[in-house]
Amino acid sequence: MRGVLLAAALAVTLAGAGALAVAGEETIQLHEGSGRDIAAARCAICHSLDYIPNNAPVMDRGGWQKTIQKMRDKYGAPVSDPEAQQILDYLAGSYAGKP
Amino acid sequence: MTSRRDLLLAAAGGWLLGGARAARAADAAPGADELGTLAGKKPLIRRSWRPPNYETPLADLVPAFTANDAFFVRYHLAVIPEIDVGTWRLKVGGSGAQKPLVLTLHDLRHDYKRVTLAAVNQCSGNRRGLFTPRVPGVQWANGAMGNAEWTGVRLGDVLSRAGVAANAVEVVFNGADVPVLPTTPDFLKSIPIERALDENTLIALEMNGHPLPHWNGAPARLVVPGWTGTYWIKHLTEIRIETAPFDGFWMKGAYRVPTGAFPGARFKSQETPETTPITEILVNSLVTSHASGARLVHGAKAELAGKAWDGGAGIGAVEISTDGRQSWQPAELGRDLGRFAWREFRYRLDTSKPGALVVAVRARSRDGATQPDKLTANPGGYHDNIVQTVSLEVG
Repeated sequence: MRGVLLAAALAVTLAGAGALAVAGEETIQLHEGSGRDIAAARCAICHSLDYIPNNAPVMDRGGWQKTIQKMRDKYGAPVSDPEAQQILDYLAGSYAGKP
Repeated sequence: MTSRRDLLLAAAGGWLLGGARAARAADAAPGADELGTLAGKKPLIRRSWRPPNYETPLADLVPAFTANDAFFVRYHLAVIPEIDVGTWRLKVGGSGAQKPLVLTLHDLRHDYKRVTLAAVNQCSGNRRGLFTPRVPGVQWANGAMGNAEWTGVRLGDVLSRAGVAANAVEVVFNGADVPVLPTTPDFLKSIPIERALDENTLIALEMNGHPLPHWNGAPARLVVPGWTGTYWIKHLTEIRIETAPFDGFWMKGAYRVPTGAFPGARFKSQETPETTPITEILVNSLVTSHASGARLVHGAKAELAGKAWDGGAGIGAVEISTDGRQSWQPAELGRDLGRFAWREFRYRLDTSKPGALVVAVRARSRDGATQPDKLTANPGGYHDNIVQTVSLEVG
């Protein structure tokens, strides 16, 4: 069971985000902005994108930096350094202080 | 077990987009409360689509027992298999188990004494969305909790048959839900051996007289009455009696509070000078009859009602203040459903004067603990049990 799931997860990672999404979550639309696509692709591997607007009121650039770091270090999110920078710039620009 | 594809299709078929908005107290979490419907559940407040996190609306916290289809749903990991009860097995082993076991559902139903108890299941992060200043995490308001009658077997009876070594310190639990990525830590939790052997700690198979709903841990979940929901592992697959403290991420790196900041049981084998695992639920209360903003008819009968609960001492009193917390009057307590359950309370409101009526509610445990006025800051946003007020209008 676990092996099958891991293989599926890796396939998803390689194929890009969204394949594990549940029906309906595609209705979540992130704000336009540079870095949106990479943020959506990486974040949605493990969770729906509503986590971003839902946490935005709590967040500033520092908060997003810590969160991205946590996702990479603690949860093993496959995000490269340049991608992390793009995602940070996008979230800090579009989702700091309000949804 | 069903395949991943079947699971996704089944899940997709069960999801509906709720269009209605939940009634919300004025002091509830900012942002719109959107309702959503998981398969087998009624519309609940959706806090996230995936993993599914759904909160019970206030109206569904009114009954003495929270209905199975209204009970809150909380997951950390997004891969949640539907379990075939025929092939499901529960492994009981670990370094402190002298006679490891593999149990079927039939074994649990027929070889062990059946036990039922009522208990509140409250997410550690319940009310995180009400924190000031706000903290990151699922922005729960008041409904990441519920009260149910849990039926199953005593964990201690199962552990005894597996032979508990004299030097066992913790018992570790794993469930069938797994992370999307192999690099994400699986959700395993441990509890102290004493707590595991406590007669009230159960492996529950039923909730309110029915098999556990899928989203609440079918076919078997841990029930640790008095302790927050993080320990109530769903879809149990493995139990390990261990002779050393468990060092998994979800014990060492999450669900921790500053050491000494809160009352309640200590989890010494997991404690550091800085932080310690969250353990027992703190004494708390919730008005369920009215949300802030509700209007009362001048001169008409009006009754405030709600629930009070704690970590297992039981509720001794609930007090109401309508004069800015200057004086407190006792509310009438409802039936005692057991010391781990919540206790209903009622209070006749004075509607003889038109205008604003601000009602504060404060519960007291039988051990003397009461709800504080001020929040104790902590990074996880846990243990919000401060006195709440409901702002009403008489007119």
